[in-house]
Parts: sequence; C-alpha cells; structure tokens
Amino acid sequence: MGRYRQSRAPIYEALEEFRQNRIVPFDVPGHKRGRGNPELAQFLGERCVGIDVNSMKPLDNLCHPVSVIREAEEMAAEAFGAAYAFLMVGGTTSSVQSMVLSVCKKGDKIILPRNVHRSVINALVLNGATPIYVNPDTDNRLGIALGMKVSQVEQAIRENPDAVAVLVNNPTYYGICSDLRSIVRMAHARGMKVLADEAHGTHFYFGENMPVSAMAAGADMASVSMHKSGGSLTQSSFLLTGPGMNPGYVRQIINLTQTTSASYLLLASLDISRRNLALRGREEFAKVTALAEYARNEINRMGGYYAYTSELINGDSIFDFDKTKLTVNTLGIGLAGIEVYDLLRDEYDIQVELGDIANILAYISIGDREREMERLIGALMEIRRKYQRDSAGMFTQEYIEPRVAVSPQDAFYAEKESLPLEETKGRICSEFVMCYPPGIPILAPGEEITGPILEYIVYAKEKGCSMTGPEDAGLDRLNVLKEKWAGERDF
Amino acid sequence: MELWFSEPHTPDVKLSIKVDRQLYCGESEYQRIDVFESPEFGRILVLDGYVMLTEKDEFIYHEMIVHVPMAVHPHVRKVLVIGAGDGGAVRELTKYPEIEQIDLVEIDEQVIQVSMDYLPKLSCKLTDPRVSIHYEDGLKFVRSKEEEYDLVIVDSTDPFGPGEGLFTKEFYGNCYKALKEEGIMVNQHESPFYAADATACMRAHKRIVESFPISRVYQAHIPTYPSGHWLFGFASKKYHPVHDLDEERWMNRELETKYYTPRLHRGAFCLPAYVEKLLRKVEVHG
Repeated sequence: MGRYRQSRAPIYEALEEFRQNRIVPFDVPGHKRGRGNPELAQFLGERCVGIDVNSMKPLDNLCHPVSVIREAEEMAAEAFGAAYAFLMVGGTTSSVQSMVLSVCKKGDKIILPRNVHRSVINALVLNGATPIYVNPDTDNRLGIALGMKVSQVEQAIRENPDAVAVLVNNPTYYGICSDLRSIVRMAHARGMKVLADEAHGTHFYFGENMPVSAMAAGADMASVSMHKSGGSLTQSSFLLTGPGMNPGYVRQIINLTQTTSASYLLLASLDISRRNLALRGREEFAKVTALAEYARNEINRMGGYYAYTSELINGDSIFDFDKTKLTVNTLGIGLAGIEVYDLLRDEYDIQVELGDIANILAYISIGDREREMERLIGALMEIRRKYQRDSAGMFTQEYIEPRVAVSPQDAFYAEKESLPLEETKGRICSEFVMCYPPGIPILAPGEEITGPILEYIVYAKEKGCSMTGPEDAGLDRLNVLKEKWAGERDF
Repeated sequence: MELWFSEPHTPDVKLSIKVDRQLYCGESEYQRIDVFESPEFGRILVLDGYVMLTEKDEFIYHEMIVHVPMAVHPHVRKVLVIGAGDGGAVRELTKYPEIEQIDLVEIDEQVIQVSMDYLPKLSCKLTDPRVSIHYEDGLKFVRSKEEEYDLVIVDSTDPFGPGEGLFTKEFYGNCYKALKEEGIMVNQHESPFYAADATACMRAHKRIVESFPISRVYQAHIPTYPSGHWLFGFASKKYHPVHDLDEERWMNRELETKYYTPRLHRGAFCLPAYVEKLLRKVEVHG
C-alpha cells in the first residue's frame, strides 16, 4: 500500500480549496453557508455548515464520480485491499441492501445466518429473494448466537445448489467470526457469491492480529461501517467489491435507492477517516485492543461478571473472536444485561452500546482513554455491590429457531390483520420484531409465531428491552397474515 | 511592562492577577501546568488555565478540607488523599501525630514534581515518612480498597478535564466502600454562585447523598476562586459534622491555624438561603 498516496484526502482537500475560493452560492442547499439559518449555524458551527454544499464540478458527484470522489474511492479500495470501494451515505444499511440487490433478484435463493441485521431481510422484502437460513450455533450459557458452522453452510449449499449467494456476518455484533475463508472456498466452487456484513469489522483491515477481513478472505462484497470502529461520522459507510464483481453494475444498484444529494460532511469524514486508519490504524487498534484486554482482566477479577474473549474460540462456530469488543455477561450477578445497561446510564451517566437479556457490550474505539475506562470498571463494581441478586431463574436462551412459512416479500405485502400478542400463537407474522440494539430479528416477515417466541418477547419487554419493528410500537398487538395463508409453504 | 494572568470565571467575568514572571510552563500527559510569581498572591499554580492555588490564600482551602473532618472523627489513623498533588492537604494532615499512614493518589506525576520544585511551602511535608505517593487514577486506586480508611479527602480539580472521574457516582460509591464503618469523606464541592459551577455543585451533592447516610455541605471564602465563595462536602457513615464536633479535644491539640477554629467550624455549616435551597432540590429528588 502506498503510504505516500494514502496521506492524501482528495475530498477534504477539494472542500478546503472550495472554502478558500469563497464561491457565491446560487444553488442548494438554501441555508447558504448557514446565513439563512443562524440558529443552526450557531449550533453546528460555521465551519461545519460552510461545507454543507451541493455536488458541483470541483467537488464531483457521488452518483457518477469522475474526479475527487472517484479518487477517494480508489484510495479507499487500495487501503482496504478491495478491487473497488464505494462511498456510502445511507448507513451500512444501504451498503448491505446494495450488496443483496447486486447479487440476487426475485425468486433467487440466498444462504444466510438467521442472526443477520434487519437490513438484510429488508432487502429481501424489496427484491423478493428467498432466505435459506443457516441456524447459527448458540452458547446457551452466555445467551448469544454464534457464527455458522462450516458443515452447516456446506449442507445448505448442497441442499440448495441453485442458491446464488452466501451472506456472512464478519463478525457478529458480539465479535464472533465464522470460518470465512472456508465458506468462500465452498461457495465459489459452486459459483455462489459471498457477501460479508462487516458493520463491526472495519478494524480488521488495519489492526494487527485481527480476524481475517472479507476482502483478504476472497469475499465478493463487504459492507464496512466506517462510522463504527473507523471513526467517521454516523451514517457514513463503505461498500467494497472484489475482482469478481462489476463495479458499474453495483453503482447502478446503489443509485436505485441512494440520495442524489449526498452530504459532503459524510463524504469528507469517510475520506479523512480512511487516511487516518491507513496511516495510523495499526498503532491505534493496538491501543484499543490493549484497553479492552485491560478492562476484561479487571472486570473478571471482580467476580460475578464474565468478560469473554478468545478463550471461546472453538475452531468452527467461533472460528475467531474480535478482541476489541468488550462484552460482559451479567447473569452471575443476577441481573439481565439490559438491567445493567439501564443502571449504567440512569445512575452512572455511562452509555454502553447494547444490553440484551444476558450481556452488555461496551464499544471500545480509537476515541477511548484509560480514564473513561476506569469509570466503566468502577461503575460495574458499584452495580455489583449495590444491586447484585440471586441469579436463579435468569433467562439465557437468546436464539430461537425460526420457521419460515412464506418469503419475506410475500408476507410483507400479504393481506393481514392485527391481533393481541397473546392470540398470535401459530399464526404467521407479517412484520419484524427485534430488540434494538442489536437489531437482530426475533421474528421476521413470513415466520411462524411459536410459544417460545412469545415467551421470549414477553420476558424481554418485562426486563426493559427496547422492542422495535411492529406497527404497534408498544408491541401489545402484532400484524399476522390472514388465515388463508396459514400452513402454506409454497415459495 | 505589565504582565497579567487572567482566568475567565464565566464567559462574561474574569479575574486578572498581575504577574512578575512565569516560573514554569509544561505540558504533562493530562494537562498544561504553569507556575507564576505575582506581587499580590505570591506563587500561583495554574492547571489548564485555572488557578489551583496561590500562596496567599491556599491556607483557607487546605485548613478547611483537613481540620473540619479531623475535629469530628475521634481517631483517624489511616487517610487517603486523592488529587492534591501540590501537597497542601498533606501538610495539614501531618500536624496530627496519631495519623499513621497517608496515601496520596495523584494521577499526574508532573504536578507533584512541579510542586516540589516551585511550591516548597505546600510540598514541604510530602517527604514525611507516613506519606506514600501513588501515581494512579484515583478511581482505579480506590475501587480495590475495602473498609481501609478512616478519612478520604477528595481534593480534585474541576469536574471537567482529568478530574471529571472524581465527581461521579461510581467514585463516591467506591469511596464509601473504601471507608471503615466510622469513616468520613470530605470533598472539594465547587461554588454555588455562577450557574455552571452551581450545576456541578448540585450534581456532586446529588451523587454523594445517594452514596452516604450523612451528607452535609460547608463553606469558606477563597478570594482567587470563582465568586470567592467555595463549598466543601462532608459525607459520613456515622459522625455528624456539627453534633459530633469535639471542640475541647481539638483546642487541646494547640494546633496553629490561620483560618480554621471550632467556632468557625460550626458556622461554616450555616449556609446562605439560596445555597440551602439549591442543595435541598437534589436531596428531595435524589
């Protein structure tokens, strides 16, 4: 990788030049460098609103980049070891959807783990492809879904030779990686594309001793949330493609749903963050890993909590583990993860990334310092001292095997009715139900509502998980398919 | 030539002190450190642009943060001092012969070094054999301690910058745990006067009230601190700051003080009406 070349940031440089040229705006946006909206300018600062500008020749255009944006994309591709990189401004959700839409269409089959982000299934609602779920292995003690076993992926490929692609989480929200290289080998042997959701894997491309990145493993496409571990602004992301993809076609797919007024704040943040990671990523992520390791040792020494890491690696469904993730199982102190999550925020002014039934996840990144880590450790210690309970009767099982009755698209657009939650058992759901975060569906459109699923929803609600997805925000009712659909399985 | 040091007390108010010369300027891992020599206030220690102490008025702060709890608790043997790298609090503590051990925890080694080099009037007792200096994050140090100390003195900087962790609920909770069953915690409690300081003051009080069964606030007048009106927190597991004050015992010690007296001790807990109201607000909701 050319370190000299990587020290440039073409979009940022073009914006700086643009600012100095003092161009008089008779184009959008209408706030005209903030003058038309003084309160906003005061709130965000003049430097910020001053570069909130429209596409124009000197600044290129994200829909058809030919100059500085194209250069920035080529540099990003080089930094990530990809054949091409697309700057994305609709979040990694839009990267994931563009991946799915790029490789399959109505009626196609795509193999994926059930613990995918909602954006994947949303893409299937859009294009009518059919999911072939590989049930992820689970760790019942920790209450988390793991990666896919190679043997299970192999079986899914064998049973569905007409599938067009395999999608893999690299890693999962909790930092768990499947054996991506083996999956790529198997899929490519059958002519299937491999897509990687790397929403939580940006640092794999820059840190040392990290799990393998999708591009290094030979995957065809990867969605990389630069705004998570990469440090760019929220909603900015990269879509990477390997040599087996046609970038012109992928661009067309992206342009189906992407805005024509891409924010230069987001684009510049991607450009600057890419440069930062290319130049300093290795050292930065070594610090992040060391900080996470330190916290894990301190937390495990307290007793009660279990902060897990690479000791979980089993060569298959936990092929590798992302050591920058600080995930702490809280069941040993008799509290659900979500309860610790709420206590941390309400009592200690500390916001962690997620709390689920059994764990909290603290996101450690290039912006963290030791002193904030001490606050988190100190607060966890206090929570243990003041709130510890008997841990009998704690629910641990997070993963419930879904029964897909109809395709997501058919279910989403089918005739439906709204029923009280407790009357929905045995019916087919037409909407999503999930805890957010992590945003992994408990129910997706087209899946049968079973007893264990209802039990789980009631328990999660009771513990204070924030449940999202359904039309009824309080989740007292669910939309289900009208009776004529029940039992039909012909997709 | 006129050379002035100015510190903004609010965005619209500042205090300026005429300076003879700058004795030291350095940047540690945590903050910028300056020492000035001034005609009116003597030497001044400044961290990140904020006056930490001046030789002229530091006695008020250090006497009040040490002698108030010492006059209440009848048998202090082991003391933990957090922050206070200048050594002023330690100097006052060493006046008590029954104290056997003083652990001083300061995150910034450079502050102690600067104090030793430029502020001998404050740092003179840091070499007392009872004093152990730990260069560590206060929150980290205290969380490993359980029922160990009779007195914890939190001599922090302001609740922004490196001192922020010393104004948190997890910190006060861990201090509670580190204290013996008769233990007392005294802390630098900000000022009630200007709005931003008052907010910090209320937040700190709320968190202490949630952590200790007895929590009172007392005051002193410190000319170089914003508004000149400064508060301290007295949090305790058993002793009441006024009812359990043993005036005679303290007088018999015949310690020389310039600000503190047991009579002033009682008065210091009588707060202005608006301050009482401010504190009551968080006590009720806390």
